[in-house]
Amino acid sequence: MNKLSSGPVSSTSSLEALFDEIDPKGDISLPANIQMDRRSFLKVSSLLGAGFMLAFSLNKTANASSSAGGLELNAYIRISPDGSIFIFSKNPEIGQGVKTSMPMIIAEELDADWNDVSVEQSPINEKLFGRQNAGGSRSIASNWDTLRKVGAVARHMLIQAAANEWGVPAEECTAEKSHVLHARTQQKSTYGKLANKAATVPVPSLVSLKLKDSRDYKILGKRITGVDNHALVTGQPLFGIDQTLPGMLYAVYEKCPAVGGTVESANLDEVRKLAGVKHAFILKGNGNVMELKPGIAIVATSTWAALQAKKQLKVNWDESNASNDSWSRLFNQAQHMKNRPAEKTLHEKGNVEGAMQGAAQSIDALYSFHFAAHATLEPQNCTAWYQKGAVEVWAPTQSPGRGLSSVANTLGINEDKVTIHQTRAGGGFGRRLVNDPACEAVAISKHINAPVKLQWTREDDMAHDFYRTGGFHSFKGGLAPDGKIDFLEDHLITFSHDGEKPVIAGAPRQPSHVFPAQLLNNFRLSQSLLPLKTSCGLLRAPESNTTAWAVQSFLHELATTAGTDHLEFLLELLGKPQWLPPKNLYGLHTGRAANVIKLAAEKSGWGKPQPAGRGLGLAFHFCHAGHFAEVADVSVSADKKITVHNVTVVADIGPVINLSGAENQCQGSVIDGLSTMLGLEISMEKGRIQQSNFDTYPLLRMPEAPNVDVHFIQSDYPPTGAGEPALPPLAPAVCNAIYAASAYRVRTLPITKEGFSI
Amino acid sequence: MTDYHLNINGKPHIVEGVEDSTPLLWVLRDTLGLLGTKYGCGIALCGACTIHIDGIPIRSCSFPVSAVDGKEIRTIEGLAGNDGALHALQQAWIASDVAQCGYCQAGQLMSAAALLDENPNPSDSDIDEAMQGNYCRCGTYNRIKAAIHTAADNLSVPRGKS
Repeated sequence: MNKLSSGPVSSTSSLEALFDEIDPKGDISLPANIQMDRRSFLKVSSLLGAGFMLAFSLNKTANASSSAGGLELNAYIRISPDGSIFIFSKNPEIGQGVKTSMPMIIAEELDADWNDVSVEQSPINEKLFGRQNAGGSRSIASNWDTLRKVGAVARHMLIQAAANEWGVPAEECTAEKSHVLHARTQQKSTYGKLANKAATVPVPSLVSLKLKDSRDYKILGKRITGVDNHALVTGQPLFGIDQTLPGMLYAVYEKCPAVGGTVESANLDEVRKLAGVKHAFILKGNGNVMELKPGIAIVATSTWAALQAKKQLKVNWDESNASNDSWSRLFNQAQHMKNRPAEKTLHEKGNVEGAMQGAAQSIDALYSFHFAAHATLEPQNCTAWYQKGAVEVWAPTQSPGRGLSSVANTLGINEDKVTIHQTRAGGGFGRRLVNDPACEAVAISKHINAPVKLQWTREDDMAHDFYRTGGFHSFKGGLAPDGKIDFLEDHLITFSHDGEKPVIAGAPRQPSHVFPAQLLNNFRLSQSLLPLKTSCGLLRAPESNTTAWAVQSFLHELATTAGTDHLEFLLELLGKPQWLPPKNLYGLHTGRAANVIKLAAEKSGWGKPQPAGRGLGLAFHFCHAGHFAEVADVSVSADKKITVHNVTVVADIGPVINLSGAENQCQGSVIDGLSTMLGLEISMEKGRIQQSNFDTYPLLRMPEAPNVDVHFIQSDYPPTGAGEPALPPLAPAVCNAIYAASAYRVRTLPITKEGFSI
Repeated sequence: MTDYHLNINGKPHIVEGVEDSTPLLWVLRDTLGLLGTKYGCGIALCGACTIHIDGIPIRSCSFPVSAVDGKEIRTIEGLAGNDGALHALQQAWIASDVAQCGYCQAGQLMSAAALLDENPNPSDSDIDEAMQGNYCRCGTYNRIKAAIHTAADNLSVPRGKS
C-alpha cells in the first residue's frame, strides 16, 4: 500500500476533478464529446457466420491499438443471424434509466424493432468508451450525436448488403422494424439474415450519412419500459449486493466515527474467537478519505456473523487529527457572520453599495440549510477478488473509470491490473461517485487472499457519507420605485477544509452565472468561510439543490414586497427571449425559462382563488441544461402541519428520449426534494454524525407523497438530461406555497426546524 | 447452532448450523442464495426485505430464523407461478414502468401482494396504509399506487389469480 499516513484528513480534490468532468465550468460549446469519422468505425465479424458487429473507436489512438491486435471496442451493436440485436450500454445504471434510453437512440437510427433488442452493460474502459459516468445529467446530451450515428451507420450497411444481394440501388431500399425492404421488387429481408453480409460492406462516409427526421421516430419520444424491469420484479441478482463468488467470505469494516481518526488498538483477539469469524485485522489506510480510511476489517463466513462480531468490537481511536466539528457551534457562528462584512467578493456587477443607498424599498433575510446525506437504499458494498497482483471488482459505482485509479492507488498496482464490472446500483444520487467501498473491499481481499463481499451497514453508510454541505445565504435586496429589482446581494456563508476554498458544491462554480445575476444591473455575490473537517460531496443537482431554494424564495419575498404577482414578477425579470452566457445549451435561455413558467402557471390553475389555508407556490430553476418550473399546491394548518396536494412540473429538456423514463425522473425528483426539505438533517457533534439510520433520518413515505403532474415542452434544441434538474425548484415552490397559504416565510431547511410537519 | 426446515416458495429447504438469532434475510441471501430480498436498514424501517410468512408481510431483516420453522415463507422469487407466469402485480409493475433503481421494488411487490390477497379492490388510502412501511428512495410512489390499482383491476376480471 502506498501513501501510508496517519496524518490529517486529505482533501476531496479528486472529487473536485470529477465535478469538473461532469459539470464543466468553462464556456463549453456543446457536448459532442467524440469527433467521429469513417475511420473511427471498426466492423468485426467476430466469429465466422456469427453475424455482424459494429463498433466505433473514440480516437485514432484507440483505433490503432485495436488494429494492433486487441479487440478493444467501445459502444457497439451486434446482430446475430437469428435476428437478435444486442446493444451495449456504456454508462452505469443507477435508476436514471440510461440503460434503456441510450440504446433507444441507437435502435431508432438502426430502424430496429425494439422487441428484437437486448441490452448489455458494457465493460469499463475509458480509453475506448470515453466518459463512463453517471453524473451531471449528461449521458443523453453528451452521447446523442454519437449514438445516432452508430445506429445510422449500421442501418446503412444492412441496406447496402440487401441492395447488393438483390442487385438494386441502395437508395431504393428502406429499413423498418429490423427489416430491409425494396418496394419495387417487393423484396424483404431481416437484419438477421443480412448480418453476415453487412459485415463485409464498407463503412459509409459519415458526412453523407442521413439521420432520421424526428417525425419518423418509432421509438424515441415514446413510453419505453425499462430493459431490466422483468429481472427487477422477479428478484434477479442485478445489484452490487447480489454478487456472489465461489468461496467468497463476508466482510465489514469499522472506521472512526470522527473522520480523520486512526486505529490505536482494538480487541482483535476476542473478535477472532467469535462464531463464524475468519479474520480480524487493522488497515492503516492510504491517507485519502476518498479511497481507504484507517479501520478494522472483520471477515466471516456470513454477513450476519460479521455484523454480530462488529457489535463486539471495541476500538481505541486516535482522534488527535480527527474532526471535532459541531453543527450547533457552526450554526451559531454563522448567525454572527451574517452581520459582518463578507470575507471575499466572488462576483460583482454594477454598484451595489450605491443602489443600497438609493433603493425605494429594501429587505434582508438569512436562509439556512442543514447538511444532508445520500441514503441510497442499497447501502454501500463491493465484491472483490485479489489474485496474483491483479484484482477484479464488482461495484455498484457511478464513476467506474475513476474507480480503476482509486483501486489501483489503494493497492499500489497499475490500472491495467484492475478490472471493474458494472453492476446495477440501488440508487446513486452522487454518493457512488466516490469509490471508497471498492478500495476497502480490494484491500481486504488482498489481505486475506480470498474473494470477499464487503457490506456496509446502514449505520456505516450514514456515518461515512460525503455529505451535501449545509450553509447560509444572507440576502439583501432592493426595489426601484417601479417595483423592479434594483440590487441583490447574496452573502454566502459556507465551509472550507483548507481555509481558502469552499468545500465541494459549497459555492456556485460560476458566480457570474448565478440566477438572476445576469439579468440585474447591481449584483454582488460574496463569501465567508467557516472551518470544517466533515467530508462533503455531491448530492443530486449539487449546489443548485440549495441555491435554488434560497434564491427563488427570496425572489418571492421581493415580489411580495413589491406587491407584484410572483408569476408576473418572474416574467418581467426574464425579459425578452435571449441566451445568457455562455450562450449555448448549458446557458439559460430566458425564452425557454418564460415558457416553462407560463405553462406551469396554466397547468396548475395559477391565479384562481384558493380556500383559506391553502396556496400555490411557484419556482423556476435552470441547471444541467434543463429549464424547469414547478408549482406546489399546499395546505397549512394552524398547528403548522402541511399537506402537499399536488406538484406541477414543466420541463424543457428538448425532445424527450423516453417519455416514461423522463416523467419518472421528474416525479422522483419531486418526491426526493420534498423528502429532503421536509425533515432530513445531518448534524455533527464532536465530529460524529448524529443520525444513524432511518429512525433519525426518516425519508418520505407513500401517504405523504403528493400527486406529481409532469409536462414537457419538447423544444427543438438538442435533448438533455432529466436526472437532476427537476429537483431544485421543488423546495422553493413548496416554501412559496406555504407563504401563500399562511403568510409564514420559511427560511430554514429542513422545515421541521421551523416547526412544520407533514 | 440449529438445523432448520424451511418451506420457501413451496419447496423444502434444510438449513444447517445456523445461529438461532440470524435474521431470515441473511439466511435467504447468504445461505440459500435467494438474493431478491434486499437489505436496506436492518431495523425494519425501510421495507426492502419484505417477505410473507403464512401470507403476512414481515420484515425479514428483523425476523429470526428460529421463529419461522415450519411456516410457509414466500419471497419475491416465488411471487410468479410455478410455470413462470407473472403475478398481476409484476405484470402491472413492468407495464407501468414503476422502477427507477429498482432496489426497493421486491419489498414493494411483496407488501402489495399481501394487500391484494386481503383486499382485492383497495382504495388509495388502503394502499397508503398497506404500503407505508416501504420506502422508495427514488420516489416512485405515484407509479406504485397506479400499478396496484391496475393489478387489482386485472385480477377482478374473473380469471383467477396467477
